[in-house]
Amino acid sequence: MCSEGLWSLENTQPPNFCFSPELGNLADVQHIILVLSGKGGVGKSTISTELTLALHREGKKVGILDIDLCGPSIPRMLRAQGRAVHQCDRGWVPVFVDREQSISLMSVGFLLENPDEAVVWRGPKKNALIKQFVSDVAWGELDYLVVDTPPGTSDEHMAVVEALRPYRPLGALVVTTPQAVSVGDVRRELTFCKKTGLQVVGVVENMSGFVCPHCAECTNIFSKGGGEELAQLAGVPFLGSVPLDPVLTRSLEEGHDLTQEFPKSPAFPALTSIAQKILDGLPARLS
Amino acid sequence: MEEVPHDCPGAESAQAGRGASCQGCPNQRLCASGAGAAPDPAIEEIKEKMKTVKHKILVLSGKGGVGKSTFSAHLAHGLAEDENTQVALLDIDICGPSIPKIMGLEGEQVHQSGSGWSPVYVEDNLGVMSVGFLLSSPDDAIIWRGPKKNGMIKQFLRDVDWGDVDYLLVDTPPGTSDEHLSVVQYLAAAHIDGAVIITTPQEISLQDVRKEISFCRKVKLPIIGVVENMSGFVCPKCKKESQIFPLTSGGAEAMCRDLKIPLLGKVPLDPHIGIQEFCSPHQSKEENLISS
Repeated sequence: MCSEGLWSLENTQPPNFCFSPELGNLADVQHIILVLSGKGGVGKSTISTELTLALHREGKKVGILDIDLCGPSIPRMLRAQGRAVHQCDRGWVPVFVDREQSISLMSVGFLLENPDEAVVWRGPKKNALIKQFVSDVAWGELDYLVVDTPPGTSDEHMAVVEALRPYRPLGALVVTTPQAVSVGDVRRELTFCKKTGLQVVGVVENMSGFVCPHCAECTNIFSKGGGEELAQLAGVPFLGSVPLDPVLTRSLEEGHDLTQEFPKSPAFPALTSIAQKILDGLPARLS
Repeated sequence: MEEVPHDCPGAESAQAGRGASCQGCPNQRLCASGAGAAPDPAIEEIKEKMKTVKHKILVLSGKGGVGKSTFSAHLAHGLAEDENTQVALLDIDICGPSIPKIMGLEGEQVHQSGSGWSPVYVEDNLGVMSVGFLLSSPDDAIIWRGPKKNGMIKQFLRDVDWGDVDYLLVDTPPGTSDEHLSVVQYLAAAHIDGAVIITTPQEISLQDVRKEISFCRKVKLPIIGVVENMSGFVCPKCKKESQIFPLTSGGAEAMCRDLKIPLLGKVPLDPHIGIQEFCSPHQSKEENLISS
């Protein structure tokens, strides 16, 4: 049985978890998807959350690991801010965000006493926490683990790829927005994937067009087509374009129940199609 | 019970390796041995170099993708409209250097002279430096850990021959980590005027921006003010305004009121920025900053 205790960021040395190393906390996780960008603000966390909900609608058990230590966005998106993290003998218990306990979440956001508090850490300490997040969270049985990352190609990214390497992660889903300044950074992220041997599952172009709610004119606020061109250039699949949807953005912001709101959004068909491509196209992880 | 600090006290600090927040850090033993105790000589060297730079302004956010680089570029151009004002724009986003693209300087290279690295001049009175100029291909990725990034930032501050400059603008990556700590530490002796913090209206950005404000207060960096970017979109067809990034918690205005920080202005979404990819002087809030 689990011996529980509250864990916070202050006691950064967790107790010795005495479970069999062969089993490991990721042993029963079937697929791992890293959501990367390179560029900030393109919607990695939003897409991670929407993809999780889309996979969940297909009957899958999904976990989200939020390794953006400076800007952890996922707890807010899933109405889980302020939840406490408990320990058990296998490690930390992830926070369940739904009643059926089929969507679980771990984020540094849960470990902050004050949500406005900044995590001002240099690389080595960030790496140490990320390694712990990978090995010491008791995920249990999951169909998919979605790993949301911060922008860039630095400490966090190297740490998580190194830590996940023994588990042969499924691959990386790379998010961009259409305009050249995003595509410019995302090209570098694709190089990162190549150099670290991470398979690219595909590119998603987010914020792809805005339909004016007053007159239905579609304006490409952030230009158009960059994501598809990038996928072609890099020889990776283009999974689809997701439009800007202020209604969904507002729901994410205000912490509405997304499982209700999400299906009504113009982004929903796009995300469902992306989830389906992932479910269809990808081989199961060798256990 | 006293408040336990969570942050890295700094390798040079008396608390290095000994603070409660050092527990679990792989560098703890190294720091505790006093290896980092001697102050970095570069800090004095940078102080000397910065004697010819009148004002230093950091452009920060916390949140990615809010328009730090776009704003930095526009502000640089705005300040440089007066040909008697010398402006320098330093891009310390090592992983995602956007400034060369935004300024229309892709493919430019950095030259070295006896007095150091020469910035790339987009106009006679506007010089730019970015790691982007040091990459040979747009696909090149800089996959560096913190210490190496810090080294690059040190070089940018110490080895670039900026000359006599009225305004040095420093564009930063999102977050509150190595790059931010390093630029503040390296410029510690040279005096930074302050930080301009960029946000978009929605709470998901403000959440990260509040952390950035907390960072500024922790490192005693004065905050010049906040700019709310992507604040409203006017449909080119029907001219009606929509809030694409909705204000669910009062936007930057409410946050600034709560935290008693000046709101410098609001900048709307402009589709032309996405298309043109390099900026033309923009009559936005640069004027506020120039006059303040």
